[in-house]
Amino acid sequence: MPVTHIVTAGMGGMRTAGDLVAWMQMSRRMKLTDAKHYVAEKLKVDVMDLVDEDVMYTLRNDLGIGTVTPRAGGPEGIRAKCKVADLLEIEINSVQRFKSLMR
Amino acid sequence: MQKTILTRMGDGERLKMSPSEIKAELQDGSQTAASMARIPELTEEDIQQLYDIMAEPGRVVSVPHGHELIVTDDGIAECFGGSEADGGSGVSISRQSAVLSYERGLAADTASLGHTDYSFKPVKAILDAEQQSYQTISMLTTVPLFYGSQPNMGLYFQPDGPFPNPADLLPVGKIKAAQEAQEQAAEQLCADMVYIGKGLNEMGCEGFNFDTAGSTGDAEFYATLKAARQLKQYAPNMSIIIGMASEFVLGMHGEIAYEDQQLAGLFPHEQVKLVESAGADIFGPAINVVTSKSFPWNLAKALTMVKETVARATIPVHPNVGMGVCGIPMLLEVPIDCVSRASKALALIGKADGL
Repeated sequence: MPVTHIVTAGMGGMRTAGDLVAWMQMSRRMKLTDAKHYVAEKLKVDVMDLVDEDVMYTLRNDLGIGTVTPRAGGPEGIRAKCKVADLLEIEINSVQRFKSLMR
Repeated sequence: MQKTILTRMGDGERLKMSPSEIKAELQDGSQTAASMARIPELTEEDIQQLYDIMAEPGRVVSVPHGHELIVTDDGIAECFGGSEADGGSGVSISRQSAVLSYERGLAADTASLGHTDYSFKPVKAILDAEQQSYQTISMLTTVPLFYGSQPNMGLYFQPDGPFPNPADLLPVGKIKAAQEAQEQAAEQLCADMVYIGKGLNEMGCEGFNFDTAGSTGDAEFYATLKAARQLKQYAPNMSIIIGMASEFVLGMHGEIAYEDQQLAGLFPHEQVKLVESAGADIFGPAINVVTSKSFPWNLAKALTMVKETVARATIPVHPNVGMGVCGIPMLLEVPIDCVSRASKALALIGKADGL
């Protein structure tokens, strides 16, 4: 069932910018349209580009924020989330904890 | 020969309807929801758009470019490796492998983790193990990772728990005793949920999902709102979702209130205002499916309530669109023709922020 929801209406997670828009809903309680515009502004792309794999694959690699088809040595997991927190100017709980453990 | 459209009943049985029959079902479903919740019906434009979605010839339909939304889940991310009766795939892989497969193989917007029983009470005894699992997996995931569980206050009543069972007390007229038992259980449930939430926050929990809230009625919803407020004050960076169990709050207590608002009988557009006030970040309304009614009827009913809820909400609204809620037939192997139509309609007509 979730596969159908994801394919029918989902933003596409790390294939595109779904995780980034989700972070804004979670951290700033942004409604969908506001969250999309916020992320597009931070990425310096059009809102329609947020769900364009062609645009987002290159951009995600350039920004080091993870893709579903990672290259060897490419950032993913907490390393990517550290960059996402900086990019979106939000505090991500796991990132905060990770940084506190590294001090 | 009159055109026929393939659709289903609320229990998943296939049936054929004419265009006029479909439209009549949509009108009736919307009118029923409007009458129950005292909210506006869907507009004529909404009904026509919904009819068009129902009548699309494809087995699976989808939203137009630019209308995508966020998909959150309730423990589904680890269902590849689970054996739950309501959807586990039973594949022998770890929780970690299941969550990462969900994130990368299915390109999910968010993922989640939860105890296999998916209730808070059993988590309390194994919190350390859940903390370790969460910490390890959250170091590997890139998309937001929730920890989800159900308040499930029923587990706090005898014979499963310490408090007298209202289901025993109410039939013999011991209403005050039943109310007191629920109040005591709610306090214990709230304390347990806060304890677990704080424990997961210590591990850097990114999101905490109170799933199927209110399943034991108004006292359980009260405990959830109270716990959400306490956790949000203690851990402001841990996002909170409150997803509901049903379209209106059952009055098992009948008089319990939150912020002077009686909880029994509240519908989603009213529930969301209390969820906002408690500090939660995302609200998940659940609109019941009537199995003896058609899928078009059920989806129109759900959309009527969701649309009004989204219109009144200041926080994102992610309707629960699983088996038996928001139009999805009550069938374990849910038909994808219905799931995709519900997704599309909730995005375009319901204006949902996510699912």
